[in-house]
Amino acid sequence: MGLETVLFYVFGALAIVTSLMVVGQRNPVHSVLLLIASFGALAGLYVLLDAPFTAVTQIIVYAGAIMVLFLFVVMLLNVGREDAAEYDRSHPFNRPLERRAGTALVIALVVELAWAVWHVSVRQEGALRDVAPGSVASVAEIGRVLYRDYAFAFEATSVLILVAMVGAIILARPRPQSH
Amino acid sequence: MDPVLIAQVALIVVIFHALLLSAAGMVWAERKVAARLQQRFGPVYTGPYGLLQPFADVFKLFFKEELKPSAADAALFYLAPVISAAAAFAAFCVIPVGPPTDFFGLLPHPIPLAVADVNVAVLVIFAITSMGIYGIVLAGWSSNSKYSLLGGLRSSAQMISYELSYGLALAAVLVMANTFSLQEIVKQQAGYWHLFGVPIAPRWFVFPQILGFTVYMIAGIAETNRAPFDFPEAEQELVAGYHTEYSSMSFALFFLAEYVNMVTVSAVATNLFLGGWHLQPLPEWLGFFWFAIKASAILFFYLWLRWTMPRFRYDQLMAFGWKVLLPLAVLNVLATAAGVIYFGS
Amino acid sequence: MITLNHYLALSALLFAIGAAGVFLRRNLITLLLSIEIMLNAVNLTFVAAGRQYAAVDGQIIVFFVMTVAAAEAAVGLALIIALFRHRESLNPDAFTSLKW
Repeated sequence: MGLETVLFYVFGALAIVTSLMVVGQRNPVHSVLLLIASFGALAGLYVLLDAPFTAVTQIIVYAGAIMVLFLFVVMLLNVGREDAAEYDRSHPFNRPLERRAGTALVIALVVELAWAVWHVSVRQEGALRDVAPGSVASVAEIGRVLYRDYAFAFEATSVLILVAMVGAIILARPRPQSH
Repeated sequence: MDPVLIAQVALIVVIFHALLLSAAGMVWAERKVAARLQQRFGPVYTGPYGLLQPFADVFKLFFKEELKPSAADAALFYLAPVISAAAAFAAFCVIPVGPPTDFFGLLPHPIPLAVADVNVAVLVIFAITSMGIYGIVLAGWSSNSKYSLLGGLRSSAQMISYELSYGLALAAVLVMANTFSLQEIVKQQAGYWHLFGVPIAPRWFVFPQILGFTVYMIAGIAETNRAPFDFPEAEQELVAGYHTEYSSMSFALFFLAEYVNMVTVSAVATNLFLGGWHLQPLPEWLGFFWFAIKASAILFFYLWLRWTMPRFRYDQLMAFGWKVLLPLAVLNVLATAAGVIYFGS
Repeated sequence: MITLNHYLALSALLFAIGAAGVFLRRNLITLLLSIEIMLNAVNLTFVAAGRQYAAVDGQIIVFFVMTVAAAEAAVGLALIIALFRHRESLNPDAFTSLKW
């Protein structure tokens, strides 16, 4: 029971439990905070996988920027607890069989994913730790490959972010009172 | 027991307590410097030169009643100061405070004087500073009061805006140093800059990066919500901003977080720009003292600035961050990259 | 002994949780959060596979996925704000006027 095994199970359990709570929580602010905890657990898993740069980028981009955006929007809209209000107040488990499509789809997905993971053709028997890491942990290597082999994708992503920025501002702008 | 392990655990304990003591020292220094700048004495009765004043303050805060507004979200209300303080302490973990040392032969090999010596240290500092924003946002939101909410939102918007310039100022140093590890960056600042073969200055990065250093200091002051960027906690406008509803130890935690953040920003500036523990030509093994002297100089500058300049109004503050500081930071990175390619070092 | 399969199973489980959130929750914000969970599960698969084959490409793809997720979250949230201004509700069932 090496340290790596213990850490994998701890971070894995944390990620799963917090993700379940994100999906199950009524209060959206709590959901956002639990998702941040889930991202932290995933960053820990990336460190275990010899990817420190990805782990830190996950914290900076996902937990530090995207989630702040979510939090601000949730506070701006100030909806409080989720309201099923005038649409459908019944709990998903109490609905008649013909309206339980969502639950059926989820069960189908879980079964299919379990089958896929069990039968995957790249099923490895050796420990991940025994594979030589090569230069996976080197930030210099990431930079080299990113700017040489994937340079076009990199430039395209920058255009994408610009478009998203402009689009988000235009969509969320308050409507001018022109009546 | 492995002596290296003992040394590392001892180092963690020492650095943690040093941070706590430095926060206490900052409380004392703030009051003394403020007093002297205003031509009065400050605390003189509590211990010699008022040195026991911060301990008296903590004692007083400890015995105050812990209040919570009844409409406040209890979990988030108590979590917010914890997040602030934890992020402040965690950011200091990767900062080396001295040269790698084997404690005069007690250890088989030298150990780096940082709690965790990672090779992406600069990014880790940036990441944990981003996490500190949540403490403020949640404090403002969960207090369920107008002043807190306004203060919290303003403060976090300010921190997010100045984080960009902060990161770009760091990026310029990274372009020069070609590594993310703070240990390596300080090692590269040994020696001297040479002009026509004559050594004219220590090889600190502040000399080629004077614009970067300025941007970093301004962004650092805005990140820690200190004057002249402390509009969100200005007493005259917002009662006390995001920590209005907090009392006793929760308030003490916010205070602690603010001072430890200042210490972290000073320590990072010392390592990145002012040569870390080098003070040529003085001996290397005293490196920790040179580091402490430089960080203290920057902290003194922080205090000096607070009690000298009037504060920015909020829209002036945001306009400055986006329209002046960010273009300067970008310009600095571009110029640095051009310089590195041209001079080849 | 942790093998690649452990990581694949973990990310499959996370993906299923995210998908369950998308299918079962009636709140637009939680919907977007569940999509983020799914994207993260996929990121974990990429990094683990990259480690298995000692290739840095896994992390590169994660880099791009994070960027695209950021752009998508920004635009999605802007849309939610615009929709909320229209109907004062975050329930997807409130926006069914085009249904025949």
